[in-house]
Amino acid sequence: MKDKSLISITDFSKEEYIQILDIAADFENNPNQKLLLDHVVATLFFEPSTRTRLSFETAANRLGARVVGFSDTGSTSVQKGESLKDTIIMVSGYADIIVMRHPREGAARWASEVSSVPVINAGDGANQHPTQCLLDMYTIRQTQGKLENLNIAFVGDLKYGRTVHSLVQAMCNFNATFHLVSPQELKLPSSSKMYIKEANLEYFQYTELADVIPFADIIYMTRIQKERFHDPIEYEKVKNSYVLDRGMLTNCKPNMKILHPLPRINEISIDVDDTPQAYYFKQAENGVYVRQALLAAIAGVK
Amino acid sequence: MDKEMRELKVTAIENGTVIDHIPANNVFKVIRILNLENNQHQVLFGDNLDSHKYGKKGIIKVSNTFFVPDEINKIALVAPTATLIVIKDFKVADKSKVEVPNQILKIVKCFNPGCITNHENISTRFTVIDKNDLKLQCHYCEKITAKNNIVFV
Repeated sequence: MKDKSLISITDFSKEEYIQILDIAADFENNPNQKLLLDHVVATLFFEPSTRTRLSFETAANRLGARVVGFSDTGSTSVQKGESLKDTIIMVSGYADIIVMRHPREGAARWASEVSSVPVINAGDGANQHPTQCLLDMYTIRQTQGKLENLNIAFVGDLKYGRTVHSLVQAMCNFNATFHLVSPQELKLPSSSKMYIKEANLEYFQYTELADVIPFADIIYMTRIQKERFHDPIEYEKVKNSYVLDRGMLTNCKPNMKILHPLPRINEISIDVDDTPQAYYFKQAENGVYVRQALLAAIAGVK
Repeated sequence: MDKEMRELKVTAIENGTVIDHIPANNVFKVIRILNLENNQHQVLFGDNLDSHKYGKKGIIKVSNTFFVPDEINKIALVAPTATLIVIKDFKVADKSKVEVPNQILKIVKCFNPGCITNHENISTRFTVIDKNDLKLQCHYCEKITAKNNIVFV
């Protein structure tokens, strides 16, 4: 994986993903390994992000790398009308690896084509967010001891949630059964269902969250965003229908864990936080180990 | 009319290109895509002509004009059944069926308004994922531009 860019979930093979997850497990046991002391990592955030940026910067710091970059474009020459191409060519002359988030779909792919150093996509609009997908896989494997043959329930906004699309695509490699819980207007798009069909796997669609709790191994919750609805009345109708609370967990499987890409608003009630099923904060922490693994693998030191 | 056109096809062009077997009613699209409105040479066309193969068809003949691969790819997107005949000295010098290529470079705009190619000076690039129903997947944003949404750059 040395010098390889990671833009889309399809850029790495299944074997390469597994390798990243294995390296990440090593970093979880021993996070402070100064392997990138002579490296500069650029974090270019053309739109704000809390978790992803802090997680990447923590990962780089734990590896001993120096970090340069910006967390919004307000104070950069992007405001003066500089093209993405020019910004990337310039930064690739400064840094050894570029981590970038951009509001436009395809921006990261374009950047990887003009950059002389590897680019890691930290989110390009509604398109891809491959490191989120990797940390989700890492967390699933950590909680279940395996990735194969799991019943995974996705809940909430399955139409626009890019993390859902990427994770569905990735889990098609592991013989998963998909349980899709969403309001009618936020169902999983046919482009994602196509991957499930091509892999000869099964999916089931539900409108009631309670239906999937008894048999799910993983419940992957997502936020339903108001701006996704054309009709505000429709939003009001569904906004409280996919809320998971402590009382609903009485009949779940013992191994079941709840994941969420965060930020959460009200879709997981705070009384769930101290149940054995709550795993979303640990999931966010895992993001650091997975990003350490990725930086180290791309730098060629692991 | 059909007979007349056939005679013209044989006699009218000394040098140039005949685009035959255009799906009926797509002749004007082909004219627009190839920018034939601004061609300074003789342009002849017919639409809804009888065709043995397709029932109805269109045909365009352009004198002293020969098309480069990019232009031929454009024709394939709106007239996948078209035949391209190169005429030199009144004779058929070359005859080929246009073909939808596996990759479409530069000529089509991405349908996704949020795609980076619609905001920066980038040549578009698509993989043709369905040649019959014409579905193009953008190399950058990964979204699909379908037949009805194809706009040429």
